[in-house]
Amino acid sequence: MEYVISVLLSGISVGGQYALIAIGYTLVYGILRLINFAHGDVFMVAGLMGIYFTATLPVTASVPLVIFLTVVLGFTIERAAYKPLRGAPRMSVMISAIGVSYLLQNTATYVTGGQPMTYPVIPFLSDTVNVAGTQTKWVVIITPFLVLILVFALSLLIGRTKVGMAMRAVSKDFETSRLMGIKINSVISVTFIIGSALAAVGSVLFFTNYPAITPTAGAMPGLKAFVAAVFGGIGSIPGAVIGAFLIGICETIIKGLPSSWDVSVFSDAFTFALLIIILIFKPQGLFGEAATDKV
Amino acid sequence: MVQKKRSYTALIGITVLLLFVILLENLGNFIPGLPQVLTPTSPLFTVLKKAAVYSLVAVSMNLLNGFTGLFSLGQAGFMLLGAYTYAILTVPTAQKEQVYYLFEGCAFDFSLVDMFEGIFGNHGAGGAIAMILACLLALILAGCVAGFFAYLIGFPVLRLKSDYLAIATLGFAEILRAIFQWQKLGKVTNGANMIKGFPTFTNFNITDSSGAVILRLSTFVPFLISSLCIVVIVLLINSSYGRAFKSIRDDEVAAEAMGISLFKHKMLSFVISSFFAGVGGALFAMYVANAQAKAFTSVMTYEILLIVVIGGIGSVSGSVLATFLYVACSEWWLRFLDSEQYIGNIKVPLLRNGFRMVVFSVVIMVIVLFFSQGIMGNREISLGALIRKFSPKKERKQ
Amino acid sequence: MKKIIALLMAGAMTVLTACAAAPAGGAAASGSSSDTIRIGVFEPSTGDSASGGKKEILGMQYANSETPTVEVGGKTYNVELVMADNGSSADKAPSAASELVGKDVALVLGSYGSGVSMAGGPKFEEAGLAAIGVTCTNPNVTAGNDYYFRICFLDNFQADVLANFAIDKFSAKKAYCLGENGNEYDQGLCVFFKQVFEAAGGEVITDSFPTNNSDFTSYLNKAKSEGADVIFTPVSIAYAKQIMEQAASLDIGIPFLGSDTLDDNMVLEATQGTNLQLFVSTFYQEGGSEKFDKGIKDYINSNSAAMTANGGNDTIAAVTAMGYDAYYVALEAIKAAGSPDKAAIKAAIPGVKWDGVSGSIAFDEIGDAVRDTAYIKTADTASGTWALEKVQTGSGK
Repeated sequence: MEYVISVLLSGISVGGQYALIAIGYTLVYGILRLINFAHGDVFMVAGLMGIYFTATLPVTASVPLVIFLTVVLGFTIERAAYKPLRGAPRMSVMISAIGVSYLLQNTATYVTGGQPMTYPVIPFLSDTVNVAGTQTKWVVIITPFLVLILVFALSLLIGRTKVGMAMRAVSKDFETSRLMGIKINSVISVTFIIGSALAAVGSVLFFTNYPAITPTAGAMPGLKAFVAAVFGGIGSIPGAVIGAFLIGICETIIKGLPSSWDVSVFSDAFTFALLIIILIFKPQGLFGEAATDKV
Repeated sequence: MVQKKRSYTALIGITVLLLFVILLENLGNFIPGLPQVLTPTSPLFTVLKKAAVYSLVAVSMNLLNGFTGLFSLGQAGFMLLGAYTYAILTVPTAQKEQVYYLFEGCAFDFSLVDMFEGIFGNHGAGGAIAMILACLLALILAGCVAGFFAYLIGFPVLRLKSDYLAIATLGFAEILRAIFQWQKLGKVTNGANMIKGFPTFTNFNITDSSGAVILRLSTFVPFLISSLCIVVIVLLINSSYGRAFKSIRDDEVAAEAMGISLFKHKMLSFVISSFFAGVGGALFAMYVANAQAKAFTSVMTYEILLIVVIGGIGSVSGSVLATFLYVACSEWWLRFLDSEQYIGNIKVPLLRNGFRMVVFSVVIMVIVLFFSQGIMGNREISLGALIRKFSPKKERKQ
Repeated sequence: MKKIIALLMAGAMTVLTACAAAPAGGAAASGSSSDTIRIGVFEPSTGDSASGGKKEILGMQYANSETPTVEVGGKTYNVELVMADNGSSADKAPSAASELVGKDVALVLGSYGSGVSMAGGPKFEEAGLAAIGVTCTNPNVTAGNDYYFRICFLDNFQADVLANFAIDKFSAKKAYCLGENGNEYDQGLCVFFKQVFEAAGGEVITDSFPTNNSDFTSYLNKAKSEGADVIFTPVSIAYAKQIMEQAASLDIGIPFLGSDTLDDNMVLEATQGTNLQLFVSTFYQEGGSEKFDKGIKDYINSNSAAMTANGGNDTIAAVTAMGYDAYYVALEAIKAAGSPDKAAIKAAIPGVKWDGVSGSIAFDEIGDAVRDTAYIKTADTASGTWALEKVQTGSGK
């Protein structure tokens, strides 16, 4: 029983962290139809910044600073690498995203010297707590609640504000909304700002829980979060969050299956298998809107 | 007529290139005291070999992404299949015990090399024929296995559109890698361990009885195989199938209206591309002299995709050219950035380990952003055009 | 605009090419000058194994600063280390190896990590260049390659030592082995461990995690719920660090056994101030040679680059000691050969005997080091240092 609880707990916390990254993917994809491969690496860079700032600043100052600088990074990437390619074929933009991802990883390798870095101890979040006989960190308990609060705030933003309305309009029809006088570029920037801020928050939670950062630390969570976004129906925020929790929990359950079965190596493969099955039977994902082809 | 003439010039061009490679490789035999770069152990030849291998894979990816408009990211997975097929089939039986030492031998107690050596003998000309036939057959089978697998997964995934197809094929490649690394299949795949001991490019060097090299062919062989495969791909692109592929790329609906069976042609392109990716994977195994699933990650696919884009999506010669530049840049020319350098007595700042890759990725970003058409766009290099360009007498008309 | 950029790019490429050609030319020139012997360093400084590779290089650099010359046939040669980064990956290794071959080195040291050594090995063999593996412990590195030697023990020996230790110290009946899927180092050690442990009547559970995994709590909880007496984790440094951190927060209470990769101050840091029990088998224990300890610490403390490479403090990693020994073995080989010629050096290596800081080194007929002892040390979690647990010899299998 204790064991089951411990597996579920880590599943929920992993899912929560995927959710924060997945929102960034789903927002960007919803508007630009771009798989932002660099998003996972932005998440990794946020983690590294956390390490470097807490070395000199108190945690209370460095966390907001990390969020701010990650937002700046996300904004800059969009302006420098994606905006010039707005009229280009979609494949070029995606390749630009791969290029940015490559650049961020290589720069991280250069700066850290390829050493795994240790994420600092964040007071309270890193403290351990006992839940039904299982020892765990506070961050594990807090993550799902924090995710829910953020998602709630985000849906208010998208549903009730002018910017949110513009975002919805742009994701519905890029060209028409442009004709209607919506400033496409600022809407896209806002999207990237929101996505990056959530990735920064996600990085604090994720790396407090799993404190070693390598330059490739963002790649896997990034890819999984994307799968979660597709799973939930790309463009849909609740879909992405539910998808992320489902994937997180499934993954930890597979890892936790008895070792005599020897299937735990397939926890990543399972995620992809799930993705393929979803894509084949329900290409619009769980909550996505069915797209119609226009000739 | 023009078409025919162009094919002849192209054919002559390739033959000249191949002869040049042989000559370059064996310069050391005729001329003593060559500059370091041209001696047989120079990094030049390692780069040439790798680029020859990668150019085949890049062209095969271009066939799919550039000519058929199917955005697939499964290349590394098909290469993995090819590499393992080749390796498992050609490791001599005598070596299997050592290679599969963790699993007490291999489940396949069979090797193409041994089989052909049984027919032709194992030394002298017979041995050479046996090895060439074994490698050739294994390469073809490597392609077939990859192609067959592509055929299987083609049914579900080819119904998907653009990005979804990309992510699904990427997922398949990752699943394949996990399966090939599984210790339970160790009797076949050697689990996490690498398979080694199979014939590689060096085995094609012709040696005398004492083992000294008379004629080096280790760079020539990958060039030969790659260029043969690329010629086949080019022929395909120029055939009516190729035109159907391009029409699907340009407009699926219009293509279907013209009576082109979408699924059939997509599948054909996918299977053929995977076949050559499989052959490329086998060549890659020969280049690194081992086969290990760890190498075939999505990073490898991204690298090949970048090559295709840098070369120009829809240009075969662009892909080939870009491969050579890319490989030479990342593995050779920029290496000096990784260590401290002095100009006079002043230490150049920033230079330390890892800087090479930073500069390299910046270069890539610049190309992607400012040359979104790639080096060649969708044009091709043709010898005739080159000659016209460099002959000063004729004025080119605008 | 585009044209200007195109011109700039073309200019930059030309400059880069020229720069690339320049060191190559320079190498040829100084290679032929008679008073320098070049030793190739084939190590990862980027990628997964960068941390270990850099520490190994550190040992060689220190040894080189201590003894920068070698006397051969009455003539004094300067010894220069030539680095090539193999990027911890098998597909980058051949070009790194041929880079060294192209720079006309006399012999090669390295690498940390067996996979890259196996991928680079054929290039050295082809060039007739001897390579001395420092800490590549996979049996297939030297088997089938006449030109590869090594000064460390092998995986099967190491697993044997650890399995016996688990039985002796904890009377362990059940062991949980966790390795990275697809990593030949991890999986090889797990298989060997299993063989020895099961032969002694124990039970072994093996498990693997996918590459780039960060959540290990499921695995650790599984080990606990399945009632393992020891957990054997022969994983690379980044994963080991992650596992230790998570085990500490889970309060797992099961002793950990680690292979030589875990002998790293990053892993040690993760255990500091916790109640983890970590035992690792390794090549060297601080205090083995006072002169070396003091020298290398001074070297690290006086050199900020070395300090960064060592992970920010002056704890001596065993791989550094191995790198140091490898350098002296190389010098011995050059002396024994009596010339800086690579073929002569290759022929001389099997006869080299050297009493290094990590023990005495000699080679057997395959080219492996003859070694029968490993140091087992434990993490002193209070002070954050390694303490020698015991010197263990294999079961003689």
